[in-house]
Amino acid sequence: MASAAGHATIIRDWGSDVTTFKGVPWGKAMMWIFLLSDTFIFSCFLTAYMTVRTTTAEPWPNASEVFSLTVLGQSVPLLLIAIMTFDLITSSGTMAMAVNYGYRRDKKKAVRLILATAFFGFVFVSMQAFEWYKLISEGVRPFKNNWGAEQFGACFFMITGFHGLHVSAGVAYLLIIAHRVHKGKYDHTNYEIIEIVGLYWHFVDLVWVFIFAFFYLW
Amino acid sequence: MAQAEIPYQEAMPLHDPHSWVTKYWYSQDHKVIAVQYGITAMAVGLLALVLSWIMRLQIGWPGVFGIEPALYYQSFTMHGMIMVIYLLTAFLLGSFGNYLVPLMLGARDMVFPFVNMISYHVYLLSVIILLAGYFVPGGVTGAGWTLYPPQAILTGTPGADWGIASMLLSLAVFIVAFTMGGLNYVTTILQARTRGMTLMRMPLSIWGIFAATVLGLLAFPALFVSAVMMLLDNFVGTSFFMPAISSALEGGMAGGMIEGTDAYEGGSPLLFQHLFWFFGHPEVYIVALPAFGVVSDLISVHARKNIFGYRLMVWAIVAIGVLSFIVWAHHMYVAGMHPYFGFFFATTTLVIAVPTAIKVYNWTLTLWRANIRFTVPMLFAIAFVITFVVGGLTGLFLGNVIVDVPLSDTYFVVAHFHMVMGVAPILVIFGGIYHWYPKITGRMLNDTLGRLHFWFTFLGTYAIYFPMHYLGFVGVPRRYYDHGTTSAFYPESAQFLDKGISVAAFIVGAAQFLFIANLVVSYFRGKPAGDNPWEATSLEWRTPQTPPVHGNWGDKLPTVHRWAYDFSVPGAEQDFIPQDVPREGADGKPQEKGAVAS
Repeated sequence: MASAAGHATIIRDWGSDVTTFKGVPWGKAMMWIFLLSDTFIFSCFLTAYMTVRTTTAEPWPNASEVFSLTVLGQSVPLLLIAIMTFDLITSSGTMAMAVNYGYRRDKKKAVRLILATAFFGFVFVSMQAFEWYKLISEGVRPFKNNWGAEQFGACFFMITGFHGLHVSAGVAYLLIIAHRVHKGKYDHTNYEIIEIVGLYWHFVDLVWVFIFAFFYLW
Repeated sequence: MAQAEIPYQEAMPLHDPHSWVTKYWYSQDHKVIAVQYGITAMAVGLLALVLSWIMRLQIGWPGVFGIEPALYYQSFTMHGMIMVIYLLTAFLLGSFGNYLVPLMLGARDMVFPFVNMISYHVYLLSVIILLAGYFVPGGVTGAGWTLYPPQAILTGTPGADWGIASMLLSLAVFIVAFTMGGLNYVTTILQARTRGMTLMRMPLSIWGIFAATVLGLLAFPALFVSAVMMLLDNFVGTSFFMPAISSALEGGMAGGMIEGTDAYEGGSPLLFQHLFWFFGHPEVYIVALPAFGVVSDLISVHARKNIFGYRLMVWAIVAIGVLSFIVWAHHMYVAGMHPYFGFFFATTTLVIAVPTAIKVYNWTLTLWRANIRFTVPMLFAIAFVITFVVGGLTGLFLGNVIVDVPLSDTYFVVAHFHMVMGVAPILVIFGGIYHWYPKITGRMLNDTLGRLHFWFTFLGTYAIYFPMHYLGFVGVPRRYYDHGTTSAFYPESAQFLDKGISVAAFIVGAAQFLFIANLVVSYFRGKPAGDNPWEATSLEWRTPQTPPVHGNWGDKLPTVHRWAYDFSVPGAEQDFIPQDVPREGADGKPQEKGAVAS
């Protein structure tokens, strides 16, 4: 009975006038819908990757051998990727703290934490550039590589490239928002803009987790 | 917080334009953007019309007019893509969506007018990139509108080098434009309705536009991804869609520009088909759902009767939208698939007939014993219902694997999809323009010209597409360049019908210029329309000015007290009660609050 009543309440709330999602600013609703659409883009990329990986006749290169760094004469699999993942997860932490300080109206700390997030994002893209450089110097191209199916390089550059573009755009977005918050453009609001940019940033992190799982661990 | 939304909207600063450029070119007013979308879509649609004439000249009289195979293939490719994407999608969502969403919901404007403005200009850019294909070496692509690889990017297909690039790039840019517009429509519908405008009081036009936009936001990504991957295949030398045999066939790559990309190997052409149709099937409903919505409103207004089964109409739209994502492989039966998959996709396809039939019955029941006014918009609306039934019934044939396989590559398919998603939505677009033109310009369209335009278009399209069903049954293959002169297996009757169809196509095409002339002349000379010439109930007819000014509503947003279909209410003074008229209590006086029931 209670759950039936709750169910009816949800329908009444969503169907009621003015706003469907109560207390949600326009920008935040729009960001959620955009991220839903973007989810479909990455889903299509990853599904396409899985399809070509299973349909190609050539063997797929072994990820833990390809993505390894030689440290002190020892080959450590997935070392760089582990650091990149750690870096990106850390940036999610600073982003969440920035949102929190924004709602507490502690502008100074919020701006610093947004800048820290942007910095971690920048480091991530730099490490990705290094990873690309290393693979390219080992002969990986979108149309060939030395270990097996040529789709390996194609999928790798396309998917990590598209994700890297998202991170780069996110860094620019973070810097713009940090600047505008610092200038006091949002002082009359609740600083929900920090949460909106945060939604985008967490999404980019989440996508990385999937790329990490499907590309590097499979 | 939620309660603060309305005063916020009422006090929302409008970027009032001060110059011609900001008023008519870089305008942030949803009504101007709607007209911009409409004019651009119509212009590019006229090009598609001329392209169809080129096709019909060749099909009717093969070889007589000196139309080269490349031109023929390029023409039907561009005709298809322009019609589906740049005309139908852009018009129904870009133009109707932009115009109707804020006005019908009682909003000032879209929630992010600036993004909305950019959306149109990016759409314009996509059209320019598309047309730029005509000016690159090799011309536009002739791969067919489905752009199937490997043939789309192999030497021998017209435009395999640069034409395909302009097409794919243009599609990607269009998707960016659509996303910016679509995010606005969805957010506006969800979060910026006026007081009293509950979801279940929204006119069905809004429901159709809403569902179609959500479909677009989820389906266009698949097209975007396939466009990116095919561009990479063509220019970077990847092999996503290209199997090794495609290099063997042509002895080199068409567009390979990087050293060492000498061969394709191991790609999956079927992957492209899956991605394309995961977009392509919802696209049918991206076009159909706004048409469903608009036609429901046209029928109700001009039949002076409430729409039959409003709730069921809403849920049918939602159900069709959901189902449209799990039927895509019915476009791929002839590509070969596991019989269980064929069974699954045939079943889901046929299940869509249920909500669709609900809608058709409800339109018919709305008309039943109604006080029908046979205005021009109503003629188009009724023509839509008839045409949609015809096109929908042939869909039942093609949805079944066993029937589809022999029919798939024949004119039966051409007839089917032109009826169901070509002619039917265009009839709604015409009906919608005749219906809302008085609000947009303040003047009526000429009635006589409108009726002439209607009968030429309605009867003419039947003269074109009905015989094509027969052509399909006798086995005339679609997309062939040469019907009959070199291939003796074309029956005489088919060649005769081809000529007849071509003549009908020229007449229907020419009739569209009547419509254009009507639009232009009526803008200057049309009869003044007044605020509400059709005596309709929805909010767009209740603006303080006609045409509505920037900001739509003056100081205060309207308050909604009832649904949009209070026609011929017993005991009411007029046969229609607008949505913002308060409901009367038992004592005959207006109630204080909008009543709970719709």
